[in-house]
Amino acid sequence: MNRGFSRTTGGKPLSSLNIRRQRAERRFRRIGLFGVGLALASVLFLLGTIFSSGYSAFWRLHFAVDIDFDPVLMNVSSDPSLEELRDVNYLSLFRKNLERSYPEVKDRSERRKLAQMFSESVPDVLESLVISNPSLVGSKQRIWVLSSSSAEMIYKGAAPRDIEEKRRVLTDQQLTWLDQWHGENLTRTRFNFRFFTSGPSRSPELAGLGGAIVGSALTLLVTLLISFPMGVAAAIYLEEYAPKNRVSEIIEVNINNLAAVPSIIFGLLGLAVLLNVFGLPRGTPLVGGIVLSLMTLPTIIIASRAALKAVPPSIRDGALAMGASPMQTIFHHVLPLAMPGILTGSIIGLAQALGETAPLLMIGMFAFVADTPSGILDQASSLPVQIYLWAESSERGYVELTAAAIMIILVFLVFMNLLAVFLRKKFERRW
Amino acid sequence: MIEISPPSKKSEKNFTTRLESVDEFDRVETVGEMFVDRPKVSCLGVSVHYGDKQALFNINLDLGRNEVLALIGPSGCGKTTFLRCINRMNDTIEGCRVDGEIKIEGAEINHSDADVVSLRSKVGMVFQKPNPFPKSIFDNIAYGPRIHGLSGPKNELDDIVEAALKRAGLWEEVSDRLHTPATGLSGGQQQRLCIARAIAVNPEVILMDEPCSALDPIATARIEELIDDLREKFTIAIVTHSMHQAARVSQRTAYFHMGHLVEVGVTDQMFTNPRQRLTEDYITGRFG
Repeated sequence: MNRGFSRTTGGKPLSSLNIRRQRAERRFRRIGLFGVGLALASVLFLLGTIFSSGYSAFWRLHFAVDIDFDPVLMNVSSDPSLEELRDVNYLSLFRKNLERSYPEVKDRSERRKLAQMFSESVPDVLESLVISNPSLVGSKQRIWVLSSSSAEMIYKGAAPRDIEEKRRVLTDQQLTWLDQWHGENLTRTRFNFRFFTSGPSRSPELAGLGGAIVGSALTLLVTLLISFPMGVAAAIYLEEYAPKNRVSEIIEVNINNLAAVPSIIFGLLGLAVLLNVFGLPRGTPLVGGIVLSLMTLPTIIIASRAALKAVPPSIRDGALAMGASPMQTIFHHVLPLAMPGILTGSIIGLAQALGETAPLLMIGMFAFVADTPSGILDQASSLPVQIYLWAESSERGYVELTAAAIMIILVFLVFMNLLAVFLRKKFERRW
Repeated sequence: MIEISPPSKKSEKNFTTRLESVDEFDRVETVGEMFVDRPKVSCLGVSVHYGDKQALFNINLDLGRNEVLALIGPSGCGKTTFLRCINRMNDTIEGCRVDGEIKIEGAEINHSDADVVSLRSKVGMVFQKPNPFPKSIFDNIAYGPRIHGLSGPKNELDDIVEAALKRAGLWEEVSDRLHTPATGLSGGQQQRLCIARAIAVNPEVILMDEPCSALDPIATARIEELIDDLREKFTIAIVTHSMHQAARVSQRTAYFHMGHLVEVGVTDQMFTNPRQRLTEDYITGRFG
């Protein structure tokens, strides 16, 4: 590794000073390389752990059950009306079908254990099947239904299997059923669409990120709409109009300080001012967005000012000398040239906001919101808060969900950063 | 205040003491023909301060119609500052204060009520470094007419752009690529584009701040020819560090020294027979 240097010059040995200098050079380079390697290794380790524990959440275990939609079992007439069908106790329909399929299970608690192999959502699935297709009544169907989270954990190998029964998530009997069904091809795994569409749930196998994604998107939209125009306007004023005096210096220093304020402080501010003084609705994307825009503003202002400063003064002079007003100069010439930098800064600011948890917890965006929010005034969850809540949950099924949600948020972050790079490349102009 | 009188042999005789240095003078009496009949631009008692520092001291100087006035002098002597007074570009510099009277066609422009935008549409400027906007050639020229509302329909704008490029002698080189980026032109072409941009709004005065200092001799020669052509229609003030350029393109020359206007004269006379010692030193290359 003697690039640029050679050990000897013209056959003569180098002086000791030279050798020492070269050694120092090599040592320094190695230290730098080591630092880069360490950082890369940690990132890879982090990603590896998350991926290995999270990828399994993207598929779900299903069991096949034979359901006899017997009008007698359902306690309805042979040609039932929709109303009758809505009143059916589908849980008991399911249980009775299980009794028919597994007549050998006699004991009450054994029967319960058998039903617990399946997801709690099975009665709902049966109901929606029958309601959408009443002609099913009177027929026998093989239906694929979600397994319970415990069965799935064992099946995926995420929960230990070879330990004593008391500490295992499934009983010995349940384990036998699982193996038996697997042997009889009564199990299958399918992609977990529900993860992207449904909201949180008490049952891990039913929980999804849909509500959190929409909540985060709405929150970010509010943040973007508030912080981008305000940040760019503030940057333009400070950079192009403000006189350079003590007041503008104080403002500048304080903006830089704001960028370093811990985010939970902004959350407290939102709680105290937005919720308590202005009485805005708790835990909504509106409040979350306002708080996050306060946090994002300094980043956008600083990035925008740097971008505006980088526009050569000769362009400004040229435009002003053509008789353009200061505003025309800014909007026709300076701003378009600064746009790539401004967009990059703004997107990075928004990406920070996307991952921010503490301020959202302060303003109450941690409630268990089962519905997907339909507007900025609905109670909502958000991605980082959902991750936090899942990480807190004790059930084993949430571990993979947490990791999978982290993967989703990372995908969003990577996507936003790629967008920043793309916009910069697209709008970059030489002068 | 200098007595306003046309220079004559009689008044010339009064300048017996030759100005050797301005260091010890608070006020320097300008020597020579700084005033003309029916001036396009007339400046009386113009002083400029940058903060506490005074950059120009009591300048009296006229720009005549259809004349090229060269402003020469060592770096930092205030030539550019003076030039930027005429289209009030000094307004953009924080802490800069311009005092005195500056009139264009008799109308006072150095006044907070005077409209800077319409002033700058009458007084175009070409800068030291070519500064085309990072847009197409067409948009560069069309920018001025657009913001000043000089163009109506699209084909009218086409005509304005073509006329301006032809006047600047650039039409033949760029007519087939009007919609390509102006930054792709060579330095000399860019500078002529900037001149075309300035004349597209049909100004009365064009200020040029060392327009050739970044160009090679061939491009410089083209610009100098262009300046000579433009004189027919416009009044031109040009700052230059090249004595040869001043001699080639200008009718009158003004010599600045440390913020003072030392001497103004008909260019030929000034270069052959300077009346001030400072001017002579500078012209002959003993100083500056």
